[in-house]
Amino acid sequence: MIKKKAFSGGVHPHDGKELTNTKNIKIAPLMKEYAVSLSQHIGAPAKAIVKVGDTVLKGQKIAEANGFVSVPIHAPTSGTIISKNKKTSAGGRMEGGVDSVIGPTGALVPMLTISADGEDTPCNDLEPILSWQDCKPEDLKQRVLDAGIVGMGGAAFPTHVKLSPPPSQNIDTLVINASECEPYLSADHRQMLEDTKGIIEGILIIKSILGIQKVCIGIESNKPDAIKAMQEESRKHNIVVTALPTMYPQGSEKQLIYAITGRKVPMGKLPMETGCVVQNIGTAFAIYEAVVKGKPLYERITTITGSPIVNPSNWRLRVGTSLADALTLAEGVKNPDDIGKVILGGPMMGMAQFSLDVPIMKNTSGILLLNKQEVTLYTSGPCIRCGSCINVCPQSLMPSTMGVQIEKERFELAEETNIMNCIECGCCSYVCPSHRPLVQLFRRGKSEIQANNRKKKV
Amino acid sequence: MSEEKNILLPNPSKLVVSSSPHLHKGNDVQKIMIHVIIALIPACLVGIYVFGWSAAQVLIITIISCVLIEAISLKLIGKSQNALKDGTAVLTGMLLAMNLSASTPWWVCVIGALLAIVLAKQLFGGLGYNPFNPALVARVGLLIGFPTFLTSWAPTKSMLSSTHIDAVTCATPLYQIPLTLKNGTTEILSYTNMDLFLGNIPGSLGETSALALLIGGLYLIVMKIVCWRIPAFFIGGVAVIAGIHHMIEPKTTLTITQHLFSGGLFIGAFFMATDMVTSPETKKGAIIFALGCAIVTYSIRVWGAYPEGVSFAILFMNAFTPLIDRLAANKPFGHIVTEN
Repeated sequence: MIKKKAFSGGVHPHDGKELTNTKNIKIAPLMKEYAVSLSQHIGAPAKAIVKVGDTVLKGQKIAEANGFVSVPIHAPTSGTIISKNKKTSAGGRMEGGVDSVIGPTGALVPMLTISADGEDTPCNDLEPILSWQDCKPEDLKQRVLDAGIVGMGGAAFPTHVKLSPPPSQNIDTLVINASECEPYLSADHRQMLEDTKGIIEGILIIKSILGIQKVCIGIESNKPDAIKAMQEESRKHNIVVTALPTMYPQGSEKQLIYAITGRKVPMGKLPMETGCVVQNIGTAFAIYEAVVKGKPLYERITTITGSPIVNPSNWRLRVGTSLADALTLAEGVKNPDDIGKVILGGPMMGMAQFSLDVPIMKNTSGILLLNKQEVTLYTSGPCIRCGSCINVCPQSLMPSTMGVQIEKERFELAEETNIMNCIECGCCSYVCPSHRPLVQLFRRGKSEIQANNRKKKV
Repeated sequence: MSEEKNILLPNPSKLVVSSSPHLHKGNDVQKIMIHVIIALIPACLVGIYVFGWSAAQVLIITIISCVLIEAISLKLIGKSQNALKDGTAVLTGMLLAMNLSASTPWWVCVIGALLAIVLAKQLFGGLGYNPFNPALVARVGLLIGFPTFLTSWAPTKSMLSSTHIDAVTCATPLYQIPLTLKNGTTEILSYTNMDLFLGNIPGSLGETSALALLIGGLYLIVMKIVCWRIPAFFIGGVAVIAGIHHMIEPKTTLTITQHLFSGGLFIGAFFMATDMVTSPETKKGAIIFALGCAIVTYSIRVWGAYPEGVSFAILFMNAFTPLIDRLAANKPFGHIVTEN
């Protein structure tokens, strides 16, 4: 079934998916070095359990979870831990034998650099669980945690936490997010075509962990081949595949739950309030590999794309591969002088980078390059109250009003205008004729409000 | 890895770094204004055709004075002249001229431009901050200050060529009506509905042709520059009220068509009430605003001191815009459930 209109608002930018969505996933060759960030997930960074000079094996745990909302990190290959950052380590920026390096957000993150020995020797710490059907949900959940699995669609929220709803919360539906609404990205699309069976098995594992019957897979209608492939495979297991309208941000958790089940996540509450747990298609596959193959999460599918790229393509990249190495796989760029932006993620919510040393993380669904023409440099003007932002806001907020309030630093007013419900999807900034930096203003407003509220509590 | 081929990588020091989203639809204020200006051209051409060269003079003088006054204002305030590029001054000039008679003297046009740009716009902080539609503030200001120039309409060319050869000024249909109605004449109007629709009647130089304004208005709606709600509910509202009133008192009131096509309703509904800065932002708000405009317009036309009420009605509702915006603000996604 195809829904005509799933949620109100949204935008439909040129999606650029044709650059990569017919290209098979290629397996990346072994790199010389991997810089593995210990802060690849939402929550506390993992705690390193190896030091500079230690030798590690592929899949060996090199950092352990630090608290409940945290996951362990595993080595992407065998080799030696080295310190890349001699200058800073001499200056005391080395804590517990771990370098602090600038990460994708621009902030310093603890990072372990592995110099590959070229052998790629696996460590086999995690035993494959072939008859997972006979396993207790608790054991499977433990495996999900041990394998370091996080939401691979973008947010990188630790998956075992999402799979542990409080007993008081009645969960009846598993929603699988395969909408891939970000323009240019086709990693999920290709994985659905190439890893169909594994994905379905992963979904069945999640289903048995949650102990529920109803599963829906939501796929945007611009991927008819993926819909067909998933339908054929899921029919045997009583899993529903829903074709969703192609509209950004269809893959946003709240909008997706609404499109598929008609339930609205109450303002300020977690999605599980609606009885739904949402998991990304890539996460389902990672869970399958963790359980059935005993493989921790140290590689993922990433789309390397954009008009400046010589060979836009999809790759199975190991976590820790640097942007420079990844771009080299895609045969580099056509004209180095005509690069506007290098973005980690998609064009609507991804992060622009200023260094090619930044590594691929567990949630890096794409590397997108835009040329100078595609990057609009602008001066923002006053709000002309056209209301375009209001019409496209999937959360039905008043972006124009909130933008003015934040500009005037009236944070409490902005909180009353429900700024905390903003999901930072970027639709408002995308349509604003005055080029107002709305999302940027909201990020500032939200963090100021959060800081204020924390102060109030203390 | 780059042995076989010369692989080029971007130079990190030259990369642009900014907050997401990294794409933009490509629309801007200037493009919006250009679309509105294009939409006004048919009505301007009809004005020039009907009233002759003097209409073109009024248009040119008003537009040039608006742009010059905006440039001087920006200079005096110390703002960048880049603000001129957005085209709003041209549009304001055009709209103001279309609300004036073709026989308006040049100095009245200049005063109008001053009122629009300085009083109604720049004193409030420029584009985006003005509570009232600048062109309408100027029109109403001139109407109060120079009533004779604003209510003595230039005759149409067809009138000049026929019997009314020595008529210099004449009244608009809406102005004639109350008089004729009071005299108890059965023949209410000497203009056919077709004259009214095409614009072959006395009036402001840009407001007479409902057809040309309709074409422009539909262009704006099709190009998604304005939303259909304000014009539809404004015109529809007037039609419904006029229809009911005419049904009750057919002898002393005008028909729906006469109400729709004989005054400034079309230019007001399509181009003045839809001004983004001074109208509500939400869909709900737009409907409240438009219905308010319709009620006030009809009331002024029928019971007020002025024969035409569109300008006053829109300014009146402009004043309510912030209030409507607050009342009609969208409820966030998922709010209902928490209330329960």
